[in-house]
Amino acid sequence: MEHNNINLILKVWKQKNAESRGSFETFEVNDISTEMSFLEMFDVLNERLIAEGKEPIAFDHDCREGICGMCSMYINGRPHGPWHGTTTCQLHMRAFKDGDTIVVEPWRAKAFPVIKDLIVDRTAFDRIIQAGGYISVNTGVTIDGNAIPVEKENADKAFAAAACIGCGACVAACKNSSALLFVSAKVAHLALLPQGAPERKERALNMVAQMDKEGFGACTNTGACEAVCPKEISIENIARLNKEYALAGFSSDK
Amino acid sequence: MLDSKIPSGALENKWNDYKGHCKLVNPANKRKLEIIVVGTGLAGASAAASLGELGYKVKAFCFQDSPRRAHSIAAQGGINAAKNYQNDGDSIFRLFYDTVKGGDYRAREANVHRLAEVSVNIIDQCVAQGVPFAREYGGLLNNRSFGGTQVKRTFYAAGQTGQQLLIGAYQALERQVALGNVKMYNRHEMLDVVIIDGKARGIICRNLVNGELERHFGHAVLLCTGGYGNVFYLSTNAMGSNVTAIWKAHKKGAYFGNPCFTQIHPTCIPVTGDHQSKLTLMSESLRNDGRIWVPKKLNETRKANDIPEEERDYYLERRYPAFGNLVPRDVASRAAKERCDAGYGVGTTKQAVYLDFKYNLINKYGKAEANKHGIENPDEETLIRLGKEVVKEEYGNLFDMYEKITGENPYEVPMRIYPAVHYTMGGLWVDYELMTTVKGLYCLGEANFSDHGANRLGASALMQGLADGYFVIPYTIGNYLADEIATKPIPTSHEAFAHTEKTVADRINSLMGIKGKQSVESFHKRLGKIMWEKCGMARNEQGLKEAITEIQQLNKEFWSDLRIPGETNEMNPELDKAGRVADFIELGELMCMDALNRNESCGGHFREESQTEEGEAKRDDANYAYVSSWEYKTESNWEMHKEPLQFEVAKPSQRSYK
Repeated sequence: MEHNNINLILKVWKQKNAESRGSFETFEVNDISTEMSFLEMFDVLNERLIAEGKEPIAFDHDCREGICGMCSMYINGRPHGPWHGTTTCQLHMRAFKDGDTIVVEPWRAKAFPVIKDLIVDRTAFDRIIQAGGYISVNTGVTIDGNAIPVEKENADKAFAAAACIGCGACVAACKNSSALLFVSAKVAHLALLPQGAPERKERALNMVAQMDKEGFGACTNTGACEAVCPKEISIENIARLNKEYALAGFSSDK
Repeated sequence: MLDSKIPSGALENKWNDYKGHCKLVNPANKRKLEIIVVGTGLAGASAAASLGELGYKVKAFCFQDSPRRAHSIAAQGGINAAKNYQNDGDSIFRLFYDTVKGGDYRAREANVHRLAEVSVNIIDQCVAQGVPFAREYGGLLNNRSFGGTQVKRTFYAAGQTGQQLLIGAYQALERQVALGNVKMYNRHEMLDVVIIDGKARGIICRNLVNGELERHFGHAVLLCTGGYGNVFYLSTNAMGSNVTAIWKAHKKGAYFGNPCFTQIHPTCIPVTGDHQSKLTLMSESLRNDGRIWVPKKLNETRKANDIPEEERDYYLERRYPAFGNLVPRDVASRAAKERCDAGYGVGTTKQAVYLDFKYNLINKYGKAEANKHGIENPDEETLIRLGKEVVKEEYGNLFDMYEKITGENPYEVPMRIYPAVHYTMGGLWVDYELMTTVKGLYCLGEANFSDHGANRLGASALMQGLADGYFVIPYTIGNYLADEIATKPIPTSHEAFAHTEKTVADRINSLMGIKGKQSVESFHKRLGKIMWEKCGMARNEQGLKEAITEIQQLNKEFWSDLRIPGETNEMNPELDKAGRVADFIELGELMCMDALNRNESCGGHFREESQTEEGEAKRDDANYAYVSSWEYKTESNWEMHKEPLQFEVAKPSQRSYK
């Protein structure tokens, strides 16, 4: 693959901790190979900052292959940057031109408070799962896997919804900071499978209630979440959640 | 003397007999017993959830921001189970046999047989949890084949099997958190084990958000912290994957088993330059449908698609006609290295081979689809178009990932791949009950040494992680805790906690106090280079001796010239990394010592001194049919204990895939 080296200007959000005020700092980075990943470009910058006796920029990352959901940068006004269906760690510097200015911020949402620089606290997502994002089955079931056939179409849809990596880009993109794409993906995944049917009503009600409690906003169907989702989770899941929620609301005893 | 506590009796009855006779803890007493689980990947999350369900009081720890991030999530290809849903001759015995043979006869028969037995329960469990495995049109579960086997026994969810299994375990874990049976500690890193009267009784960990050290008590401690492939700096592991938890345990008395057994995975995206921070795997399942080749001509300059069929060397099919592109990982990796070293490599660095899908795109999938649609005499273009749709469904996310990283479209041009460090078969030595040589300290999943011998077969890591967590530890831990029901929780004001916390704090202060010039990353890279060149795909006596000296030298330099910015009492990722790299350096030395001691080639461990005339690995059962189990004495000083391996059922033979 052809590649070349480029020079860039970075404007990065720096914030010492949750209590302090943050601000943008400007850095020049030169001689960046277009074969690098976006995070490798940050590695280069951080190594330079350390050599200069300064503090490196803190950011979340782990697998660097687009599946763990830990990386979370808001790049030039878009979660995970300019490439469609891509996490920050899979974004490569081919996406940029020599001389570009790149603005990098953390996810901004009331329910995702900043911990340091570009790192935010996403434990609200764990608590939403705790509210019902599971099938209540203990270890040791003895029913054979093939005793529960699943229509292929539903299995495929459930899989597509289950592909959510819980990164929070949907929340970061939404003007209301709604977590509905995340919640609906889990509700849809489990509601589409026969194993998930017995708890589907309570699940929908409880997960939405927890989402509201965490301070996420309401959904107004702009579709910004779907547009930036690195796993291309469809907003059809939101429609499914709305249906599940309505049915549960009408028929639940609670 | 090492006691592996393997039950007596016939191989196929051992686990059943064990379960029928091990001690139990009654429900009322379980509520009084506390268990610490470190790590929340497949092994840790499944163990924490299962133990919580049983009624134990569990505390679980992970260094990531959520247990769902653990690196099990990145496993792509699948999980093996002896279900024989394909009616192609699979059985528990065959899975057992393939695993022992694939591991080149360096694993324990009893452990492997138990693994094969519980493999079928894992699939049932995961289906019940709602794991969306791939299915046939009839609604039943689908399978694919993997390296080192001749049956189709691998269950999968596109190229995201690890993710789906981990999310299943994570949801089970979060359910227990909601029920109050498990308390979860995110962004916490374990930095030492607390031992009281010879038994593991807790841990010291650091809250990675505010830098504070914390003390946690447990009647037992489970380490489920994954592998240590990042000792090589470049590997397919996540950036945070590390050896620290098990290394601290090792220095507290837990023996380290077969540290040098490393798996180099044959199909990874090649290195592009010095900026490279990690390597990305392309699932082994791709070898089902991809054919591996290099040009027959030295210094070939034509593009892959311009090289005619007769000028391509499908070297795996040539050398190993019986298994072809599906030889085990160690064999495939060495064969790639051999071709590249001989000058036939491709791409700008010449350190790569082609993985080509065109043949099967047309002949396997394209023709089948054309047939299904009733298209007669389809042209090549149509076949490619039809084939693409099927391949997209099977491996779409992998192809997309390849394109994002390399900028090349693998539907059009062959992938370029090269071997990379992927998995470590070595780990803490454990007995049949998964207990280390420290009482009450257990080790599960990739972090232990137990089931894969010298080479792990594809789709077996997920199987082992979940077997240990869902189906083994819930039984074996009861056998220990039954004798602990009278032990009251020990207050963390106990002097052992205070003393251990102080040693942890002292070490952190020493690291912060060096105030030298070189970054953690630069030391880690240098360690990785030594390990890859001298303790990597091929190893020899001279290189290993040099590596040991170089690592000791590097260690001195690390402790005198390291620079860590920031403070101790705040979030400080450089400090987190520094502690991990310090442990990797010590581990690197032990790995080289182990590789030096084992003067035979077996599985992923290839000693150049021990090969056949055709360059195949030559095992030495007369001298090395044992687990090398290392006891830490003092700095750079270990004593090796041998656990002899006996093969009563799967009789060792020279592995042949020809």
